[in-house]
Amino acid sequence: MSDRRSFLRMAGMGAVGVLLAGCDRISQSGLGARVLGSAEGLNRRVQALLSPSSAMAKEYSEADISPVFHPNGTTMPDTPAYQALMANQFRDYQLQVDGLVSRPAKLSIDDLKKLDDRTQITRHDCVEGWSAIGKWRGTQLSAVLDHVGVSEQAKFVVFHCFDEMDVDTPYYESVDILEARHPQTLLAFALNDQPLPIPNGAPLRLRLGRQLGYKQAKYISRIELVSSFKDIGDGNGGYWEDQGYEWYAGI
Amino acid sequence: MNAQSAVETTTASVKPGSSKASSRLVYRHTLPIRIMHWINVIALTLMLFSGLQIFNAHPNLYWGNRSDQGKEWLSLGAQEDAAGNLVGITRIGQHQVTTTGVLGVSKGSDGTPVARGFPSWLTVPSAGWLAMGRRWHFFFAWVFVLNGLCYIGYSLARKHLQRDMWPTRADWRGIGRSILDHVRFKHPHGAEALRYNILQRLAYLCVIFVFGIGIVLMGVAMSPRMDAVLSPLVEAVGGRQSARSIHFIIAWAFVAFVVIHLFEVLVSGVFNQLRGMVSGYYKVDSVKPEPAMPVAAVPETVVPAELAPGRTVTAQTPIVEDPRHE
Repeated sequence: MSDRRSFLRMAGMGAVGVLLAGCDRISQSGLGARVLGSAEGLNRRVQALLSPSSAMAKEYSEADISPVFHPNGTTMPDTPAYQALMANQFRDYQLQVDGLVSRPAKLSIDDLKKLDDRTQITRHDCVEGWSAIGKWRGTQLSAVLDHVGVSEQAKFVVFHCFDEMDVDTPYYESVDILEARHPQTLLAFALNDQPLPIPNGAPLRLRLGRQLGYKQAKYISRIELVSSFKDIGDGNGGYWEDQGYEWYAGI
Repeated sequence: MNAQSAVETTTASVKPGSSKASSRLVYRHTLPIRIMHWINVIALTLMLFSGLQIFNAHPNLYWGNRSDQGKEWLSLGAQEDAAGNLVGITRIGQHQVTTTGVLGVSKGSDGTPVARGFPSWLTVPSAGWLAMGRRWHFFFAWVFVLNGLCYIGYSLARKHLQRDMWPTRADWRGIGRSILDHVRFKHPHGAEALRYNILQRLAYLCVIFVFGIGIVLMGVAMSPRMDAVLSPLVEAVGGRQSARSIHFIIAWAFVAFVVIHLFEVLVSGVFNQLRGMVSGYYKVDSVKPEPAMPVAAVPETVVPAELAPGRTVTAQTPIVEDPRHE
């Protein structure tokens, strides 16, 4: 930097100040953020090696359930489509499943229950650091994938949601086929023996046993099978991923 | 033992009444140890600051598996007073203290008070930015883990751990005296300074094998993917939130170790200690049975670099004998 005064100010801030200011500049530079972000690939590969894709998340007992399951992010989607469904207690809700599938489908909650209906008590870990335990009832995502017939080219399952985080910026998320096929990956329609409450994602949300909360899309309107998520949103595979969070949410 | 301090200020420190004394440079820390030490300094510093950034996303700690509201054992919160000003409240168990300006509420980037656990001058990045804090943390977590594995492997292979750190029976017998010496800030300057004392040995072993391994395990125990195989460990410490609490506590235990470590470096001769960890050469007093060698500048580089750490075969330092002590 040629600006002498700002250099002197920097020097005056002391070692810690200089270190932190340097870190801020690295954080804001594209290269710095990319280099630091390289740990994501290492985390994903090493964790897949140490914790195989078939490994199951711990299931808890009724006594472990959180008294309040803290809802985070959107707690009341304000889009007209969602408001219309809510007005009729979600009776007209149909999950659309399309993309790289042989038999696109529209499935009501009752249709989903016929495909698969199971309950599990698992822990939800937020990227912010908190955890909550809930009893989830839902349909294995793999049963839905079998029902529609996934094409060979499909690599990711994308979840499109009713809630908008910003104007024309709907929430979305994606997982790979392996995670989608995990036995604990559910499309959940009930929490703690009640229909899924609106703050927790009614009428249908994703539940993953081994990923952070931001992956677990609420208010799902549509499931799309894709070979790449480059053309969706900003191309990083999810709303929070587009804000700089890692696509791999296992840690 | 010699109670004189600041060995490095005189090249020939002589105890009154003793025969001639001079000092010599000992090749104490090998290059790999020095490199790994400074990598560790960088990694730990950045992990602490980025860790506090991550903590700020939910500045409360719990025991068990769940984060039930009202069950926090530590909370850095914010409240509004009657005038509408933000007040930082730190709660530990049932006790609460006002910590406005530092914990709970501190100045944001525009200078106005904002609710945040730790202040911006203790976090990387300085603004609230969880996604970037995670990137820093995980990147340097890998640096810390790989560096730590190299250190343990190297130290075992070179018998650094076995010879220099594992306490001997004599070390254990001297523990009382070592404690007294430490509280009196007495540090040896002769050949004894080359040996880690019992408290040093215990401190280093504890930091490496309890803090180092513990903080990594507790970090990994917060990973939902790893918990699919590590749930026995997670449950053994009480749950994921317990793991988060222990991770936090060990981080501050590292800080406490570093504070003591830096204090000991300061009182035992900061320049000599720094030279030891930068160039490898550490100066000790040595009493010479014969008159000192003629003044001759012997460059440090003549010392064989392959010497094991702590070996006392050394070159003579360029020393001018002080005639007053003749």
